[in-house]
Amino acid sequence: MIKGGTQVMQATPELALHRFGLGARPGERARLGDPAGWLAGQIARQRDPDGYDALPRAADIIRAAPDRGELRGDAMARRDFAAEIRDGARKAVAVRMRAAFVSDTPFHERLVWFWSNHFSINAGSKLRVAPFAFDYERSAIRPHVTGRFADMLLASARHPAMLLFLDNATSAGPNSRAGRRREQGLNENYAREVMELHTLGAGSGYTQADIVELAKILTGWTVRPKEYLDGDDAFVFAPNRHEPGAKTVLGRTYDEGEQAGIDALTALARHPATAKRLARKLAAHFTADAPDDRLAARLEGVWRDTDGDLGAVAKALVAHQAAWAPALAKARDPIQFVTAAVRAVAGERASGLDDAAQLRLLGALRLLGQVPFMAPTPQGWPDDTAAWFGPDQVVERVEWALALAGRVPVQADPAAMAADLLGSLLSAETHTAIARAPSPQEGLAMLIASPEFMRR
Amino acid sequence: MTTILTRRRLLAGAGLAGAGLALPGWSRVAFAAAPTDKRFVVVILRGALDGLSALPPVGDPAYAGLRGDLAIPAGEALPLDAMFGLHPAMPGFKAAFDRGQLAAFHAVAIPVRERSHFEAQAILETGLGQGGGRDGWLNRALAALGERDAGRTVAFSPSLPLILRGDAPATSFTPSALPSGSEDFMARMAALYAGDAALGPALAKGLEVQAMAADASHAGAERGGDMAQGPAQRQNNLAPIAAQAGAMMARPDGPRIAVLEAYGWDTHVGQGAADGQLARRLANLDAAMSALAEALGPAWGQTVVALITEFGRTARPNGNRGTDHGTGAAAFLLGGAVKGGRVLADWPGLKDAQLFENRDLAPTTDLRSVLKTALSGHLGIDPARLERDVFPGSAAAPALDGVIRA
Repeated sequence: MIKGGTQVMQATPELALHRFGLGARPGERARLGDPAGWLAGQIARQRDPDGYDALPRAADIIRAAPDRGELRGDAMARRDFAAEIRDGARKAVAVRMRAAFVSDTPFHERLVWFWSNHFSINAGSKLRVAPFAFDYERSAIRPHVTGRFADMLLASARHPAMLLFLDNATSAGPNSRAGRRREQGLNENYAREVMELHTLGAGSGYTQADIVELAKILTGWTVRPKEYLDGDDAFVFAPNRHEPGAKTVLGRTYDEGEQAGIDALTALARHPATAKRLARKLAAHFTADAPDDRLAARLEGVWRDTDGDLGAVAKALVAHQAAWAPALAKARDPIQFVTAAVRAVAGERASGLDDAAQLRLLGALRLLGQVPFMAPTPQGWPDDTAAWFGPDQVVERVEWALALAGRVPVQADPAAMAADLLGSLLSAETHTAIARAPSPQEGLAMLIASPEFMRR
Repeated sequence: MTTILTRRRLLAGAGLAGAGLALPGWSRVAFAAAPTDKRFVVVILRGALDGLSALPPVGDPAYAGLRGDLAIPAGEALPLDAMFGLHPAMPGFKAAFDRGQLAAFHAVAIPVRERSHFEAQAILETGLGQGGGRDGWLNRALAALGERDAGRTVAFSPSLPLILRGDAPATSFTPSALPSGSEDFMARMAALYAGDAALGPALAKGLEVQAMAADASHAGAERGGDMAQGPAQRQNNLAPIAAQAGAMMARPDGPRIAVLEAYGWDTHVGQGAADGQLARRLANLDAAMSALAEALGPAWGQTVVALITEFGRTARPNGNRGTDHGTGAAAFLLGGAVKGGRVLADWPGLKDAQLFENRDLAPTTDLRSVLKTALSGHLGIDPARLERDVFPGSAAAPALDGVIRA
């Protein structure tokens, strides 16, 4: 037991499952003996979830794409290609959702979701981004969530999804060979977002000139064209697009060439402003919109001491007493909410969900306003409670809970089910209200829509 | 952090205790005085409406030849003036024009030459001179108006579109595809949320908007069709949602500002001319606007509807009897508060040499001029504020005088 102030902050199985995981499955809370150890055990590289191997990687996607010439001037072919992309995207989302429904390492999944949202791309923004969205999370984010932040930043920067989403793929130095032919010009979109969103944060002291210089450093970083694809590397540094000459970012001068980009991004990753900002963002995500200052400071310290070892930071998070405050201060976003509901209701049977059920659940996410890989801006999905507890959204969650409860056989007494899933998190009021529900279905709906279940 | 659905102020405003939800029937929490009694609706025509068909320049000698099979025959267009007509599927727009309630604009464009739907729609909604903004111009206009009640600005969409995202409060609303809970169940939920500072007020407000919508939907069903249709049908049939929006906005305590989204304008294949695919879409839009006007009733006199699209379509047909992404587009201001009966266009012409990049109708009017006309003339937002906060960098695109009734 950890003592914090006057509150007793205890690392309980229910909080481990509820706050740091994806929600308890029936019986799971009672079986989980060592919550801290259970979480710590997930802070290591994990095998990819089932079904992931079957989905194409970036190079496969480029290889399989029709030639540009085939699509030009053929609206029917373009339409078919677009339909194929959308179909593939839906399947990929279903695989991702299923992985969450059945995950035995839900804390690890949550870390993937957090960092994936931090380096957000939007599959709906441009048709050419959509096919790469799933592989982006799998290949650029997932392998690094307990590794080094700098490695994740570089993997993100070099993946086709990010190169296309924030336009670095089409950026060319004004004095590069391509630029002099005026084929394309400098695009500073990625350079701006990498400083503002991915690393330092707005107001941390960089200037517009730094953005332009970083954009010049990164010219030539692009997607490998199909005709030059030989192995699995979908990235290419194209010297004919690269702005010649030295550039200066945040007072440091870089030579021309690919290595300069790696060095400049690594410097941003290791910058103290990045550590400070992202340590706080991680603490806020798992604990409270305004996180405990000591927790944020502790994570920042670990980040700096370990040169951005995200596994060490995650360990520090779950080891800190402030992370175990009993109050459920955060809203589950719709993806977390639907996932938790499926885990609560279906338990181990979630692996057997049929396609129709999967499609309905994707529809639920659309209704509730959060479809994976479709965050509306490069900032990613909002993480604050107010953003997810709007009037229309709360009504829709309640209605969805009712619809879900009407669809599943209610096997257990919902009040007993609530006690099993939530343990000490279940308030007496909610327990009583569920017990007094006029039907088991309504009792189950009240459990799913209860404040305890909507929050974490 | 910018939020998708910004209700901080609403939630922080308290006053809406969850326990205040009286039964039976939902208590009507009194609204604060509205900053405006004027109604303003933005209809976003996503996918790029072909302005050369909706507002055909039948008087331009190059039109029929340029457009070939896709040209609206001069004899079938609903005549507006010597140069322009309306598509024959738009009799409601024509009637509004004849009553002086429609101002049509041609050869308008967003300030950036961009032929990607998503990027152009983003600019259409941020109102900025370049890509990359995070909040929408209509949200910034709400801030300029001092709007504080999320219930008074409604996007009839599953979530807030970019145009309404930002710091000012606004809400999204869709007639839920899900059956609503019984009053008894919702009362139990309200009691369960009574102790929750966020969920309690949110549920109360949400049920209130829903109750308002339910009141309105009977009228909506009569005017616009069946609200109880699936999402796919809804997407292709704007009339029911427009009728519901109008009925809600007609109420003294209802929303003042609304956003509607209409899809299906990306007519790359088999566009049709006086009949066909685009004609059916336009007929539906026409019916939707008539339903909106009818549902608004007397409030129509205080209403401006802005119909905007991200760009126009190519001047010449493509190889699939359709049109591809172009530049100059049409836009409309419609409503009882419009001083219309006019087509406003600095017409660039349709000869090959007059086309933008030898393919598109050349843009001659910045779309922000049209929008600023509505925001200043109708909603009374100070022009300096418009310039500074709502459409920064748009000094070269001034509001137009005399298009809104004084």
